[in-house]
Amino acid sequence: MSLSTQHSARSADWRLAGAVLAGRAASALSRRLGRGGGTVIAGHVVPRLAPDALSRLSAALPDGVVLVSGTNGKTTTARLLAQVLDASGRRVVHNRAGANLLTGIVSALAQAADTRGRPRADVGLFEVDEATLPRALPPTRPRVVVLTNIFRDQLDRYGEVHYVAAIWRRALAALPPGATLVLNADDPLVASLGAVHPGPVLYYGVAVPALATPGLSHAADARLCPVCGAPLAYARSYYGHLGAYRCSACPFARPTPAVVAVEPVQLGPAQTRFQVDTPAGALRLTLPLPGLYNVYNALAATAGGLALGAAPTAVAAGLARVSAAFGRLERIAVGDRAVSLALVKNPVGCTEVLRTLTTDPAPKTLLVAINDLFADGTDVSWLWDADFELLGGQVACAVCSGTRAADMALRLKYALVAPERLLVEPDVARALQQALARTPVGGTLHVLPTYTALLALREALRRQGAVAGFWED
Amino acid sequence: MDLRLGHLYPELMSTYGDRGNILTLLRRAEWRGLRLHVDGIGLGERPDPAAYDLYFFGGGQDREQAVVAADLVSHKGAALREAAEAGAVMLAVCGGYQLLGREFRTGSGAVLPGIGLLDAWTVAGERRNIGNVVVRCPWDAARRTLVGFENHSGKTYLGPGCAPLGLVAVGAGNNGEDRTEGAVYRDVYACYLHGSLLPKNAWFADHLLHRALVRRYGAGVPFPPLDDRLEEAAHQAILARVQQVGRAAVSVQ
Repeated sequence: MSLSTQHSARSADWRLAGAVLAGRAASALSRRLGRGGGTVIAGHVVPRLAPDALSRLSAALPDGVVLVSGTNGKTTTARLLAQVLDASGRRVVHNRAGANLLTGIVSALAQAADTRGRPRADVGLFEVDEATLPRALPPTRPRVVVLTNIFRDQLDRYGEVHYVAAIWRRALAALPPGATLVLNADDPLVASLGAVHPGPVLYYGVAVPALATPGLSHAADARLCPVCGAPLAYARSYYGHLGAYRCSACPFARPTPAVVAVEPVQLGPAQTRFQVDTPAGALRLTLPLPGLYNVYNALAATAGGLALGAAPTAVAAGLARVSAAFGRLERIAVGDRAVSLALVKNPVGCTEVLRTLTTDPAPKTLLVAINDLFADGTDVSWLWDADFELLGGQVACAVCSGTRAADMALRLKYALVAPERLLVEPDVARALQQALARTPVGGTLHVLPTYTALLALREALRRQGAVAGFWED
Repeated sequence: MDLRLGHLYPELMSTYGDRGNILTLLRRAEWRGLRLHVDGIGLGERPDPAAYDLYFFGGGQDREQAVVAADLVSHKGAALREAAEAGAVMLAVCGGYQLLGREFRTGSGAVLPGIGLLDAWTVAGERRNIGNVVVRCPWDAARRTLVGFENHSGKTYLGPGCAPLGLVAVGAGNNGEDRTEGAVYRDVYACYLHGSLLPKNAWFADHLLHRALVRRYGAGVPFPPLDDRLEEAAHQAILARVQQVGRAAVSVQ
């Protein structure tokens, strides 16, 4: 290296170190001033001072980077995978609390870096917003990319499912040829992306006919073949458009997953026990999360972990000790009641939360908080595609809150919840108090918020001393 | 008393919460002791023009809409036009609205034929119009408002053969130029309003049901009012919200 190259390499090091320090100072200041979790402010400061920060920080990780994206399940899958990697003895830098734009990723790396700008971690694990994946891929040069599913979500932001599939298809051209692409075989939109990558592709899926239904739900978004456009024929479906499918015209069909959940599967109200066949042998898993959709998240984490070289024992151990992520069936004690928070944002995800919630038929107290701010999605039409009818006669009392409280009350009325059991209180903090007051002592208040309502509720709960701020995850 | 509703392409054209419209009609019929039978009319089927009192045609994704357009023209166009002339009640939203018109001209210049049931045509626009919408209905004796949410880049223009469903107070409407929204022709009502449309516009849901009932059972048919306090509150909440935030929080595509 010539003297001038050495010099500029060293000054680039100093610039990066300085940028990282500035970012961390901004974060600490933000938290000290009580202005939110300081989760992403570093991510704004650092690139301004060192534009190549993301690629340099990523490249400094000995075991590289894994990216997780998809419509539903990013946060939970990433959290599961973090536990698996931790159980395999790796130090993980992970963008927590759903800060999944580029700023969140840079911030996480900056927070984990030492004073010389080098991350104190072995592997970077980042959940990435679907529309951000194309920009996150090139600088992070991931070893593994996990794609969970594509569902209709926030139509005012993303447009349609085919749009997300198309931008991912283009983004994957930048995937390093030796990287492993981990794909949900049961989602035709995701599975069709396997053909794009010349390197290793690891599919995961479910093969448990007892849990499937014939045909597709009304909310299924992918009925046409992503390759040729002809209708897809489904032998069975698990939820949304996930299932066993083949094209009626061209050879496209569900690939056989190497990581696959097989019978028996025991779906319980608080945990799931199931068996997964993998190239590294059969695993008997106990997952402390309920719901079939969390089985899919666990499969994604299993496949991602195996692709990164985690041993099967680490997979089992990691999955067994996970706790619910921020707002994903997260349980919080508030005095002598419990609060369960389950983020809702699109029809399929909301329906699965409702399905999981109602497996226990006991009467429930609910707080449904629907905001229509930009981060929530400004179009709340999706509420009419979510199966609130699943609540059946189980609603003792439902408090409807958020900027669209009145829409939500209307939705429940048409789902045949008696109007006298409905309370409308747009202010989320007040609604929380009213809902708690109506929850029996020792019982659980089930809260279904959209994203910004979840943040507001978390803040209200924190002020009551009920839970640590989300940045302390 | 029974009514029959034909739901066009329920699986392919049901992307934007349009199912809420069917649910609203179903419940509001039920709550009056009426039975609304809903049938799906899918690809390849040729409906009998006299079989249904009401039709619903929702919105879909571009890819699905292209598949539906071909089938609509070949298998359903004549029957639907005949049903409309005979006074059947129809509600079409977004993609369904566009396909009831004469044609849709895409950005690349390709022309997708509609069935020409409505004297309207659509061209692909440069920007997507997304946000809350408030319109006032000139054809309604009380000139009541409809509230909804639009999300479309197509621009629809009306010919002399149909009238606007509403005049825009807030939002873009048909094309963002002439302040019209939607179209009305006989008892065919079409628009770009999601939300879903009918739950928050109970008077309009009842209008559709009542028109269909009168056509089948005569003008003396009982049609009691329902307790619409929640519906009214939700309608008013949108009127208040557009005052607060304009159309919506910033949303750009």
